[in-house]
Amino acid sequence: MASFNDIFDQYSWEDTSKSIYSKTSVDVERALLTSKRTLEDFKALISPAAAPYLEQMAQISQALTLKRFGKVIQMYVPLYLSNECNNICTYCGFSYDNKVRRKTLSPMEIMQEVAAIKEMGYDHVLLVTGEANQTVHTDYFKKVLELIRPHFAHISMEVQPLDLGDYEELRPYGLNTVLVYQETYHQEDYKKHHPKGKKSNFNYRLETPDRLGQAGIHKMGLGVLIGLEDWRTDSFFTALHLNYLEKKYWQSKYSISFPRLRPFSGGLEPKVAMSDRELVQLICAYRLFNEEVELSISTRESNAFRDNVIKLGITSMSAGSKTNPGGYAVAPQSLEQFEISDERSATEIDEMIAAQGYEAVWKDWDNSLV
Amino acid sequence: MLKIADKIFNSRLFTGTGKFSSSLKMEEALLASGSELVTVALKRVDINDNQDDILTHLKYPHINLLPNTSGVRNAKEAVFAAQMAREALETNWIKLEIHPDPKYLMPDPIETLKATEELAKLGFIVLPYIHADPVLCKRLEDVGTAAVMPLGAPIGSNKGLKTIDFLEIIISQSNVPVIVDAGIGAPSDAAKAMEIGADAVLVNTAIAVSGNPVLMAEAFKIAVQAGRMAYEAKLGAVGLHAAASSPLTSFLND
Repeated sequence: MASFNDIFDQYSWEDTSKSIYSKTSVDVERALLTSKRTLEDFKALISPAAAPYLEQMAQISQALTLKRFGKVIQMYVPLYLSNECNNICTYCGFSYDNKVRRKTLSPMEIMQEVAAIKEMGYDHVLLVTGEANQTVHTDYFKKVLELIRPHFAHISMEVQPLDLGDYEELRPYGLNTVLVYQETYHQEDYKKHHPKGKKSNFNYRLETPDRLGQAGIHKMGLGVLIGLEDWRTDSFFTALHLNYLEKKYWQSKYSISFPRLRPFSGGLEPKVAMSDRELVQLICAYRLFNEEVELSISTRESNAFRDNVIKLGITSMSAGSKTNPGGYAVAPQSLEQFEISDERSATEIDEMIAAQGYEAVWKDWDNSLV
Repeated sequence: MLKIADKIFNSRLFTGTGKFSSSLKMEEALLASGSELVTVALKRVDINDNQDDILTHLKYPHINLLPNTSGVRNAKEAVFAAQMAREALETNWIKLEIHPDPKYLMPDPIETLKATEELAKLGFIVLPYIHADPVLCKRLEDVGTAAVMPLGAPIGSNKGLKTIDFLEIIISQSNVPVIVDAGIGAPSDAAKAMEIGADAVLVNTAIAVSGNPVLMAEAFKIAVQAGRMAYEAKLGAVGLHAAASSPLTSFLND
């Protein structure tokens, strides 16, 4: 079956990059004026030429987001199940070669974490693991889903890419959403950052959203890790991927995240820094390009930044997050995957959202819907 | 007065509960709208919680709840969701929304017809959200639908009555109430729908997302009343042909 690989192979990183950087104010103005925007328009909107038009982009982005999503922000929280990992990734705190105590939560520990998360008010949980196929495999996920499904309206997963059959198996257990970030679409650079483990297989990861679509997973999340490569070119490939998936797997929903590389113990310095202004440009560009896609912002970003982007196009966020297995109740002191920046509690974020004239939505799905 | 199944409605403006900045704002706007039928997404409410934030703000004797199945992708899921709603919210009214396409939220006509038939047999008052398809409306009538809810434009698009030519056909041949749902972006759109003979309209986004939802709700209330009055008064015929200066049939008078 044809996959995104076939499309991806038709593009070169260098030509794409050149094309983005050669966009002019004329291209940007055309992209602002039209109502149905193409990938070429998206390139113009993420190009340096669009920088002076940021306020206009923000105005349009806000109006489009309000029309589609209303004055609401969807709330979710990550639940780290395991930090065992066989991959070496240069930017990750859970990398195989990183000296940390490894832990995979037992059923009893999971329920302790669930209780703490429910106490915070959450009904949408994102399960996160490293990649350790000997312990954290489809059977483990099945058991976890069975265990926690009665407690959540919506369950998302951000774990290692799985085979089509695994996704088909997990879906009836209440798996609603799967996030799988390509990290970077720069193939050579990808190899440098993932020298060992199953994750070093670029194409298998690239084809994961195809498998999710084929398995009928309701929602999938795409994104790159900003800082590994030129964010503009990487974002173009993300948009290309989104465009392809939406047309092919038209029954699935899509969301985009824009994680910026964060410090962790022994961590990697970003190769390419992205300013706050540029991140806003990217958020608005995605919204102008695609009115329906969900845009998510995590606690990696600072308080002030998160407060201000709520009105600019973001549709979902997390709060009070812990990025270590057991972080909520079982082992709060264990090593995190990365340092979060916004440390405010879920209640504080709820109040901040309300103060801006928006409503935090905790439940927008039902565990009877598979 | 409008009658759907055995219920009489004084207001022909139906409303929704999504996209508001708070439940309190929603409550104020819905009260200002005078709406007596308010749709609630099953997936948004916690039916096990009798303190659910949305539901507690809708507890008025004149407000009837219309649970909707938004989120389901086929007839089987829709029937299941409707049964859950009936049990939890103690109403056999259901707004059937089956849109397997999460981008434009286009309703699936085949699954909708199947689900309507099954739900009608199970004793539900079914109000299906559909494309403005006149044949589908007749087929839904055949299987026992209580009303039809054709779209004016895609949900949440505020584009107005893009389907007006098909809405007119549907209205002219329908034996059940026709409620124009989705796409109504301004009070003038609602008035227009009522003028062409729609029995009611359903408005959500245009109220919830406006700068002043309470004022906008009242504007819609008045527009719907005005449109209905104009329909009942019978609008003057539009576009009468100009009298030709040299009539072709004048020789008959010679």
